[in-house]
Amino acid sequence: MTAQAPSEKQPAPGRSKEATRKDQPEWANGLKRLYDSVVEEDIPDSFKDLLSQLDAKD
Amino acid sequence: MGAEKRTASEKADFKRELTEVVPHLRAFARGLCGRADMADDLVQETLLKAWAAQERFQPGTSMRAWTFVILRNAYLTDMRRNRFRGEYDETVAERVLTAPAGQEEPIHLSDMHRALLTLPPERREALLLVGAGGFSYEEAANICGCAVGTIKSRVGRARAALNTMLSDGSIPKRSIDDETAHRAILEELDDVAAGQGVAARS
Repeated sequence: MTAQAPSEKQPAPGRSKEATRKDQPEWANGLKRLYDSVVEEDIPDSFKDLLSQLDAKD
Repeated sequence: MGAEKRTASEKADFKRELTEVVPHLRAFARGLCGRADMADDLVQETLLKAWAAQERFQPGTSMRAWTFVILRNAYLTDMRRNRFRGEYDETVAERVLTAPAGQEEPIHLSDMHRALLTLPPERREALLLVGAGGFSYEEAANICGCAVGTIKSRVGRARAALNTMLSDGSIPKRSIDDETAHRAILEELDDVAAGQGVAARS
């Protein structure tokens, strides 16, 4: 508590809710969403081309 | 080489399953190496390797887990050749992830991505597999070729680091391509690489 060196961007003191240490922090779901946001993207054509060429290779 | 040749229908099944995991491979790769173009190169490399090695795939087992092993090994090899520098992809949408009560700035998807990229690679991959990919600790340990306890500890450390960064807002603003960070990553990588291939051989 004493060693805190508040930088200019430190929010005003007295905010009551520090991120509480619990099992599921607020960002935990975000990690999944980051991953899912890529899963849900359309597959680029380059992948379709590559996959369709696989059979021809052997 | 002992392995019997795949029939046409087995090959078709393999290809269908391989096609189905492409979105997951892209998501895993994006989380590992940050830049979308590099991630997609990595996935293409993975698909070619998987196709070439298809006779080693056991039908009925997890295609996702099998191809993730190939992808991570390709990633580690490329990383050692200095191809990836943990660069942050500036095109990631500034989408708001969550706005914690009492915090002035909401957390954005891009904050999460940047924070993730500052983690040492082995912690990053452990967290990606368990926290995002939905693998169990056991499955993740198999993919990484290490003990379950090791995965648990990596995930724990990764979570703690993200917690600190995201709750303090102390996320590096830019890529971590300065030399010190890069060297640290490469050193950690030597440890990771020690486990390389164990799971692939099983």
